[in-house]
Amino acid sequence: MARRENPEINAGSMADIAFLLLIFFLVTTTMDVDQGISRKLPEKQDPNAPPPNIKEKNIFDVLVNRNNEILVQNEYVEIGDIRQMAKDFIDNGGGVDAEGNPCDWCNGARDPESSDHPKKAVISIESNRGTNYATFISVQNELVAAYNELRDAYSLKNYGVKFDELSLEKQKKIKEDIYPQIISERPPVKN
Amino acid sequence: MSKFKKKKKGMPGISTASLPDIVFMLLFFFMVTTVMRETDLKIKKPVLPKADQVKKLERKSLVSYIYVGKGKDGSMDDKIQLNDKISSVKAIQSFILAERATHSEIEIPFLTTSIKADKDAFVGTISDIKEELREVNALKINYSTLPGSALENMKK
Repeated sequence: MARRENPEINAGSMADIAFLLLIFFLVTTTMDVDQGISRKLPEKQDPNAPPPNIKEKNIFDVLVNRNNEILVQNEYVEIGDIRQMAKDFIDNGGGVDAEGNPCDWCNGARDPESSDHPKKAVISIESNRGTNYATFISVQNELVAAYNELRDAYSLKNYGVKFDELSLEKQKKIKEDIYPQIISERPPVKN
Repeated sequence: MSKFKKKKKGMPGISTASLPDIVFMLLFFFMVTTVMRETDLKIKKPVLPKADQVKKLERKSLVSYIYVGKGKDGSMDDKIQLNDKISSVKAIQSFILAERATHSEIEIPFLTTSIKADKDAFVGTISDIKEELREVNALKINYSTLPGSALENMKK
C-alpha cells in the first residue's frame, strides 16, 4: 500500500500574523481611566421654602470673580492658601453642634468668631458666569482636599490608618458624624 | 587546545517555538482591554483641568457623558455635545431621560453624569447644565479631570 503522508501545515508564519494583530490592537487601545471630582447636586427646592437660617460665622465664603481672582471672607487670597484657611475654618470648633455637643476631636483655635462645629460649618462657593472653569475646578479641588486632609488626620489619630484604608462603616461614620462635607455652590451671578 | 574548540561548536540556538504563544498572550490582553471609541467628538477635544482630590469612576455603563468645549469652527462660545451631536442646554433633560430608559430600575440611583469640560469653558455654561440636571433629578455628577496639581491650572 503506497500511502502518502499528510504534509504538515507550516506554522512558521503564525507568529507574523499574530504580531500584525498585536500591533493593530496596541495602536487602537486607549487606556484612559475616567476620574474626577464627584459632587452631589442639591435637590430642587420649593421656591417658597424659607431660606435656611445659618449664622454668618458658620459660613466660609469663597468668591471667584470674572477675572479669576479669589476672595475668601472678602479678602484676596492666592489659590494655594485656600486649603489651610478652609481647614482652620472647619476644624475651629468654637461652639456646639445642633444637639449641643462640643467638638472634642477638633484641633482648631476654638475662636468664637469662626465656625461652631464641623457639622455646622458651611462652605459657600460663589462664582461669576464668566469665571474660567479651570479656576473653578481648582477651588473645588482645594476645598475637597481640606476635607480629605481633616478626615485623614482624624482617622490616623483614632484608628492608626488612613481614611481610604478604613472599613466602609467607619468611613461612613466619619463622613456623616465627624467631618461631613458641606459645600454649597451658589448659582453664578450674571455681570 | 581541544577545550577551546569544543566551545566554538556548542551554543544551541534558542528555540522560537513558543514565540507565537507569547505573542498571542499579549494579543489577547490588548484585545480584552481595548475600548473602541463610541462617540466622535464634534467639538474641539476638551483639555480637562487638573486636580488631585479625585475619585475613579467605576462601572462605566452607568455613566453618561456631557462634553463641553469650543466649536471646531473657532467660535469662542461654549458648545455642548450629547451623544454624537452638538445640542443646546435644553436637550439635556431628554438626553438624561433617554439614558435612564436604557437602564433597569435598580441601577437608576447609581447613574452618574460625567461633565467633560474644557478648562477654558465658562462657569455659566456648567451652571446651566447643572440646573437642567437638577430639573430631572440626576444629582450625581463628576467633574472629569486629569491627574495633576490643581495649582497648575492657574498658570496662564
